[in-house]
Amino acid sequence: MSSETQKILSTDGIPLEESLKKAEKKNKIKAFLLVSPLLLFLIITYIVPIADMFSRSIDDKMVTNMLPKTYKAMEQWDGKELPPEEVFEAFYLDYKILVKNKTAGKLQTQLNYEKNGFKSVLKKLARKQKKFEEGNYKEQIMKVHKRWRNVEYWRAIKRRAPAYTYSKYLKGVDMYSNEDGKIVQVAEDRRIHRILWSRTLEVAFFVTLFCFLMAYPIAHLLATLPMKYSNLLMICVLLPFWTSLLVRTASWMILLQQQGIVNDFFVWIGLVADDNRPEMMYNKTGTYVAMTQILLPFMVLPLYSVMKTISPSLMRAGKSLGATPAVAFFKVYFPLTIPGIGAGCLLVFILAIGYYITPALVGGASGTLISNQIAYHMKSTLDWSFASAMGLMLLTGVLVIYWIYNKLVGVDNIKLG
Amino acid sequence: MSKKEDFVKFDKVDKSYDGKILVVKDLNLDIKEGEFVTMLGPSGSGKTTCLMMLAGFETPTNGEIYLDNNPISNIPPHKRGIGMVFQNYALFPHMTVFENLAFPLRVRKISKEDIEKKVDKALAMVSLSEFGNRMPGQLSGGQQQRVAVARALVFDPSVVLMDEPLGALDKNLRESMQYEIKHIHESIGVTVVYVTHDQGEALTMSNRIAVFNDGKVQQLSSPDKLYEEPVNSFVAEFIGENNTFAGEISDISNGSCKVKLDKGEIIANPISVKSVGEKTTVSIRPERALINPKDKMDNNQKGKIEEVIYHGDHTRVRLNLLGNSEFILKVPNSSQNLDIKLGNEINIGWNSRDARALDPK
Repeated sequence: MSSETQKILSTDGIPLEESLKKAEKKNKIKAFLLVSPLLLFLIITYIVPIADMFSRSIDDKMVTNMLPKTYKAMEQWDGKELPPEEVFEAFYLDYKILVKNKTAGKLQTQLNYEKNGFKSVLKKLARKQKKFEEGNYKEQIMKVHKRWRNVEYWRAIKRRAPAYTYSKYLKGVDMYSNEDGKIVQVAEDRRIHRILWSRTLEVAFFVTLFCFLMAYPIAHLLATLPMKYSNLLMICVLLPFWTSLLVRTASWMILLQQQGIVNDFFVWIGLVADDNRPEMMYNKTGTYVAMTQILLPFMVLPLYSVMKTISPSLMRAGKSLGATPAVAFFKVYFPLTIPGIGAGCLLVFILAIGYYITPALVGGASGTLISNQIAYHMKSTLDWSFASAMGLMLLTGVLVIYWIYNKLVGVDNIKLG
Repeated sequence: MSKKEDFVKFDKVDKSYDGKILVVKDLNLDIKEGEFVTMLGPSGSGKTTCLMMLAGFETPTNGEIYLDNNPISNIPPHKRGIGMVFQNYALFPHMTVFENLAFPLRVRKISKEDIEKKVDKALAMVSLSEFGNRMPGQLSGGQQQRVAVARALVFDPSVVLMDEPLGALDKNLRESMQYEIKHIHESIGVTVVYVTHDQGEALTMSNRIAVFNDGKVQQLSSPDKLYEEPVNSFVAEFIGENNTFAGEISDISNGSCKVKLDKGEIIANPISVKSVGEKTTVSIRPERALINPKDKMDNNQKGKIEEVIYHGDHTRVRLNLLGNSEFILKVPNSSQNLDIKLGNEINIGWNSRDARALDPK
């Protein structure tokens, strides 16, 4: 067969392919213009902040910018023995400017992160360096404090040379790179982030499970009840959506506190003694209860939309073919609702994993999640780069879950309504 | 093996959904073993409700249904062993065709080899042997319907119910499926209760047809009897085409009667009238009235042609006859030259036994 196929021409002699492209070009431009505001919006509100977060989380230019001459001189130094005179001189000159500009404090803090005890050494140098004479800075600096003879301190400075670092990410999983550049765990009593990560996963998992267990019957009822009642029920399900999140969380505080309505009721029916009221708030229980209630609609709606499409005659067919109602349910009805279960679980899990306000208000110490820690670093310690790093870790975690989910269930099987 | 006369028996069954209106009224119906009975009727006539009661998805408000002499009102659907074909097929979309057919066998804990054998046989019966691994969504409507039929039959039920199974198919496919279902029924001899509102379907397939209206069986008889000898004006109207005259009995004797119309008088066959003065509706099938009849007929009238519609194999002629301007004639398209022209006056004749005097409308 000849590889040359005859080109089909349109009536005015232009190849058909070309004229088709021409005709579709206009439509393509139109379509692009239509979506471009949304695209722009997404770029400004989503892509740019994430990129900024990323650059913040790995940014380590501060020290590099404060000691430009030092790092230039250090390029030749192999780090095995004390650095040569040029390095001392460069460091002296850099530091002098910092002291003059009153910005030496930042450097002291940063280098103290890298090596404990650096702060006092640098402070002493700041005082003594005014009397330095020109030349032989190595001797003069080493005279100020004996630690300057310790090569470890110089290595600590050199470690901060790169403009980028992944140390914040290590910190997020309770690790750091020590003086030898090895990645090790922090002391056992300081491993708080790992507890938070695992607690966040645990809470998200159980909230998803509780939501599923509660939403499935509700959604089934919604899908099978006559219109008159199902509309009313639907309003009940959606009502929380129309109430502010804060109001809902606050009302749970009223309900769950030790002198609250639920406890009063338990005492009244004699379930618990008046002087032994259980704590249902400021711990994980409170977080579970409030988050399950708040996230429930996100499970009900996808389930409902899937169940609505399942013909009731399928269950009847199952029964008429000899399956007991239970068998018919598990073999026929349940498998058909899996797309809705998948969508609802994914939605609730992802929302729960990044939940902030509710655990902050009702979680107490044992009910706070990773997002509360991020907020803490954003607002209190002002360590934005660490907050950014944890935020990105959370985002990555969500993407990984999504990927696993896609492998297991298939995103094509999701039905959101 | 002798066939049981009342294999399925509805005994004085009433059904009401809201306690105010009876959807099914005092239904008595016997279905023979191996019979193909169709419940035919307009929508809302209670035929589907009857089927649902038999399948066990609805319970009779009053009365009892017997299957092989056993009352079944208190038996849940899954224990009745009745196969059912649904209007929208109700194939399980997440199972392959094979799994769909194996479903009723698996819940009955039948061994794997037997399941395979039975499913293969059932698929061969509906000539879909190659399609076992397909999903229902990959099949055409007719193929899905055949799978549904095979699934309802694969576990050898004593009765198979079909609820308007061909309603969603196009005309040609519907007709070929009608024959297919009829042949399957003939070859395996299962009792079939079939619900439809399509009279053509009912006439083609059934041994007997129960015409439903207003919650009651109006007539239960074989297709030919139903068409030729309707017992009341509803059946006459519902099955096939029908010309009617409303009038009053002026004379009745020796199995024939005279009916006085607004204009003129005709001789008719008294079916549900007994005495002079009764109101009646006389029903005549269009093909029983002839133009310029050669044989002697006891009714002869003159009519004016008001409309001629060409239908290919026949021509429909609308006449004004005895004050009825909706009188339809079917004239076969033969070489016979008849003077059918708009506005012509023609002679129409029919036998009095084909003019059935039924209850007034």
